[in-house]
Amino acid sequence: MSEHIFEMENISKVFPGVHALDSVNFRVAKGEIHALVGENGAGKSTLMKILSGLYPYGSYTGRIIIKGTERQFQTIKDSEKAGVVVIYQELALVKQLSITENIFLGAEIAHGGVIDWDRALVEARKWLNEVGLTIDPMEKVVNIGVGKQQLVEIAKALAKNAEILILDEPTAALNEEDSKHLLNILRKLKAKGVTCIYISHKLEEVMSIADSVTVLRDGQAVKSQGMAEDGGMTESKMISLMVGRTIEQRFPRKPHQAGEVVMEVKNWTVWHPELVEKKVIKDVSFQIRKGEILGIAGLMGAGRTELFMSLFGAYGSKSEGQILIHDRQVDIKEPRHAIQRGLSYLSEDRKGNGLVLGMDVLSNITLASLGIVSSKPGATDSLDRDLSKAGIINILQEVVVANHYVKRLSIKTPSIEQQVKNLSGGNQQKVVLAKWLLTDPHILILDEPTRGIDVGAKFEIYNIMNELIDNGMAIVMISSELPEVLGMSDRVLVLHEGRLTGNLPWQEATQEKCMYYATGGK
Amino acid sequence: MSELDQKPGLFGAVRAGFSHNLKQYAMIIALLGIWAIFTYLTQGIFISPRNISNLMVQNSYIAILAVGMVLVIVAGHIDLSVGSVAGFCGAVAAYVQCFWHWGTVPAILAALGVGLLVGIWQGYWIAFKGVPAFIVTLAGWGMFRGMVILVTGGQTIAPLHDSFTAIGVGYIPQLFLIGKVGNLEGQVPFHDLTLMIALAAVVIFVILELRNRSRRKGYGFDVLSVPLQTAKIVFLSAMILVFFYFMVMYRGIPWAIVVVAILVLLFNFISTKTVFGRRVYAIGGNKEAARLSGINIKALNMAIFVAMGVLSAISGIVFTARLNSATASAGNLFELDAIAAAIIGGTSTLGGEGTIIGAIIGALVMGSLNNGMQLLNIETQYQMIIKGLILLLAVWFDISSRKTAK
Repeated sequence: MSEHIFEMENISKVFPGVHALDSVNFRVAKGEIHALVGENGAGKSTLMKILSGLYPYGSYTGRIIIKGTERQFQTIKDSEKAGVVVIYQELALVKQLSITENIFLGAEIAHGGVIDWDRALVEARKWLNEVGLTIDPMEKVVNIGVGKQQLVEIAKALAKNAEILILDEPTAALNEEDSKHLLNILRKLKAKGVTCIYISHKLEEVMSIADSVTVLRDGQAVKSQGMAEDGGMTESKMISLMVGRTIEQRFPRKPHQAGEVVMEVKNWTVWHPELVEKKVIKDVSFQIRKGEILGIAGLMGAGRTELFMSLFGAYGSKSEGQILIHDRQVDIKEPRHAIQRGLSYLSEDRKGNGLVLGMDVLSNITLASLGIVSSKPGATDSLDRDLSKAGIINILQEVVVANHYVKRLSIKTPSIEQQVKNLSGGNQQKVVLAKWLLTDPHILILDEPTRGIDVGAKFEIYNIMNELIDNGMAIVMISSELPEVLGMSDRVLVLHEGRLTGNLPWQEATQEKCMYYATGGK
Repeated sequence: MSELDQKPGLFGAVRAGFSHNLKQYAMIIALLGIWAIFTYLTQGIFISPRNISNLMVQNSYIAILAVGMVLVIVAGHIDLSVGSVAGFCGAVAAYVQCFWHWGTVPAILAALGVGLLVGIWQGYWIAFKGVPAFIVTLAGWGMFRGMVILVTGGQTIAPLHDSFTAIGVGYIPQLFLIGKVGNLEGQVPFHDLTLMIALAAVVIFVILELRNRSRRKGYGFDVLSVPLQTAKIVFLSAMILVFFYFMVMYRGIPWAIVVVAILVLLFNFISTKTVFGRRVYAIGGNKEAARLSGINIKALNMAIFVAMGVLSAISGIVFTARLNSATASAGNLFELDAIAAAIIGGTSTLGGEGTIIGAIIGALVMGSLNNGMQLLNIETQYQMIIKGLILLLAVWFDISSRKTAK
């Protein structure tokens, strides 16, 4: 094996009440792409925060050796000087500044405090070239897509002379095309001798890009090996190492019997909120049936979220067309109209649009029902949803329904009074799901329901979806992960640039066909 | 529960209580500290029942504004116009009474009506036109100050009926004892009705606290350990008695404080037990999530500013009654004291967090500083500097205690 660029030896870290890391050994060879995988809470982020100096020396035990010398980082600056740069899941770019300004943020090319724009632009172009971007370096970051923003982040890291690049879920927000491009850039960087630590839940990507992999589980490194060693690493091996048990299938497909049409959309057209002439959804018509999971596929920007946000009354721009729920035409102008008619929408942005992070589990669960939904005839279950009378909250009943869903969805929380910001990603997602289930929807739209949550929690959410279908709900699942759409849906709709280009029963839906329609069917 | 809770004994319990609700208790302790300092500096004048009773009345108009300001700030807004609006509403009441000879009740209704209209006006721009509250109320700050001058003509409007001024200077009646309590009259040792109310308040507090505890147990929530619960009840009962002591030993509960108490109980109920209150916290915590959860944000913002308008009117009525006149400068800079009271009382400037009770304690802190410094004859310029510093330190304390809580 080649020389190690860095080693972390016997790293342990204790948070009050939790042993976050327990004698972890983590070694990475120079110039390799080393994947770090594990469920949420396994300790990946903690380990990287130690490596980057965010948790300073002294707050953990163990040694960090970089290129043969022991390092004791106090701050992120220290680690950056040693060539370690982290790119976080949530992008850390200043949206209103230009690409150049972002690349050199904190390390501006300047003389006596005055920025040398000529040199800065030349340098910026050089680094953008490295990541295969040919855009105007004076462009504001807000005006470029997420995929390009991710590449700008990498350019920024390279400009700091990064030798060890840590990428935390770099493709979480990217579509397939941008993800592929990013992976190619990483391969090129590797050829130039940059070492990458690649943290991802997307095991497919890990398989395609990593040279070796370390699996963390419950704060311990349970396995570290080269991808080809030991009979070769596979996705299912990684999953069983991560969860400590074997998951037979990733998608628990169950045969469903689609019933009558519960919702029909006719000639739905939506205009862009700012560009008056531009249409984001063009003349889309489709039906949703009781007891089926309708998968929605399409590339980023195809209009998947826009379509369903607008049907839910939350997109906030002009729209045209008809919505029929249970054969009756409905007029939905605000989310509350949709909720009252049995249409609920779980947003792709859990923290931004789903949760009130500073509120407790109880208040988050009842947020969309309190004063909006009451028990109605034909409810799908026997839960009493009358949570308030004359505007006064019936706290007793609130506690009953919150506990009901905590139990039903096995939300792991010390109490329903816990603030949701203290829960793990998977449990937060279940809280949002509980919120929408409490509204007793007939049609539940799930936008990226498993984004950024670990394998175990994903599987639980799939099972809950199957259960809901058995109880007669209709589910729409929007997802950027094609395997998920194919694995769970009964029928797949494919969107391309605001148009519906494909409508496939699951038996016919293949990756190739979906991509064919998603790219315009040419 | 944290480790501290398991420590036995009263000392451990008190320490644990501190770590639990540090901010609110710290504020009470700070208030007592301020009282101790001023008592020492004024050789006891500060702590005399007469002074504390006056302090509370002088502070009542700020407290009334602070109650509404909590909702405004929790929802993620700010209201800079409350001082001007209070002055305007008070001026209207005085005007209709002095020039149009309206009775006290119609004059009060007129002021409340004006407050309501002001609330609707500002709420309309904020909720339906999307103009930031900062701008709308900055405009209101100027506009309504202008209207105060317009109504008063720059003159002092006086005098008002006795029944009107009673709101600002009157006290609830004695029940059995004849005569008045106080240094001058000195015939009666205490105010009987106030004493009864004080004792009733403690009994009701203890019953509610115990009922709440058993309810929470029933829900399966965390409850305080027995020594901790006892310590909390004893401490807060003592605080209630201290609060009433000054009024029992002076002339009884001032009507102004009755108004404040009713508003505090009402808005505390609204903020913790109603759908409206829950939604105010939700939009302050995450507006987008609230909107997607079907909450009608426009209607909610409208309601918040209408409530603030009416509360501003009540504040103006009490102030005008206390002064027995309306002046062009009435309510000047009230907005700053009200905002400071809410923030010192733990309302987050980022929205989503804050309590009515906290704001009242914050208002008492501000009022005590005002009163104590006046007793010490500290000049206005220094008073302003000190108050500014206290606000700064309070917010810094809030931020740093949040960090350590993590």
